[in-house]
Amino acid sequence: MPWFFVVAAGMIGYGLVDGLVFAPPDYQQGDAFRIIYVHAPSAWLSLFSYSTMAFAGAVALIWRIKVGYAVAAAAAPIGASFTLAALVTGSLWGRPMWGTYWAWDPRLTSELILLFLYFGVISLRQAFEDPARGDRASALLGIVGFVNVPIVHFSVYWWNSLHQGGTVMRLGKPEMPGSMLWPLLAMLCGFMFFFGAVLCMRVRGEILLRERQATWVREAVQA
Amino acid sequence: MTPRRKRLLVVLGIFGGVSAAVALAVVAGRQNISFYYVPSQVALGKAPIDKQFRIGGLVMQGSVRRKPGDLTVHFVLTDYAHQVPVKYTGVLPDLFREGQGIIAHGQMGPNGVFVADQVLAKHDSKYMPPAMAAALKKNARFKPTT
Repeated sequence: MPWFFVVAAGMIGYGLVDGLVFAPPDYQQGDAFRIIYVHAPSAWLSLFSYSTMAFAGAVALIWRIKVGYAVAAAAAPIGASFTLAALVTGSLWGRPMWGTYWAWDPRLTSELILLFLYFGVISLRQAFEDPARGDRASALLGIVGFVNVPIVHFSVYWWNSLHQGGTVMRLGKPEMPGSMLWPLLAMLCGFMFFFGAVLCMRVRGEILLRERQATWVREAVQA
Repeated sequence: MTPRRKRLLVVLGIFGGVSAAVALAVVAGRQNISFYYVPSQVALGKAPIDKQFRIGGLVMQGSVRRKPGDLTVHFVLTDYAHQVPVKYTGVLPDLFREGQGIIAHGQMGPNGVFVADQVLAKHDSKYMPPAMAAALKKNARFKPTT
């Protein structure tokens, strides 16, 4: 786990410096395009976290593996934060480039629905007296809500939208030269490692909280 | 059937059912979810001419006309098949240029001119440094819109 943090810090550090300082400005957007170095990885991680959460919930629900619920519970707030980051950075970029902070565009709307799904999953877990029932209900909501993940990703291809299509996550060559692309890929990997590290940390806390009555936890706390 | 298998089928069944429902809703509402209409749809009468709607297309080269001392701007949107003239009064976004993708919100006027109350610039998925764009322009394989 500390290694995950080290790798994440290294890659994000390189990505930020290279992306914000050394990468050339865009021929149309100038320096404003640099927000992509935070926006795109956040948006990608918002979908990746959701997939992790839904998958963990499904594993727990089907095979009765309790750790799955802990993973799903731990992943939800992280994913919600990435979603919020993607929405806020996108909005800040949209104002000068598109001419508006917000539009009811298919991509933007489905990403907003993703945020509300995260909120729903988080609050549904806490809405039950019995934590086991809360786990099951929120896992099911997470699985059902997974329908939205491909919609977010493909919305820009299925419908006429204001949001542009994918630059990197697409079939064929990325529509970006290497000098701009490498820092972006580094940021993406860095965000993945950061997610992995924070998820491990939160899962550990979640398991300790859930097993607080177990003898091994008491022994570990006293030791 | 083991209980585990049954749970797997139930979860898959619920997910499959919801996916199918959403897919049907999406296919049925395909046009309503789209953010804008293209000039060809307007020409073919598929756009709601009597209501407010959004129209998206490229600003035709050489079509932008401004009156001196006024914010009103006239331009023509094209999708290479059909054209729609647009009139707009207000501040244009940074990316507004001839050849650039634009989305205008407003209503069709009686004389066939689309009167816009909001103009948004659509950005494509291409990013490149200015030097590279200049080089490409020289080779004329790519037409940047600066």
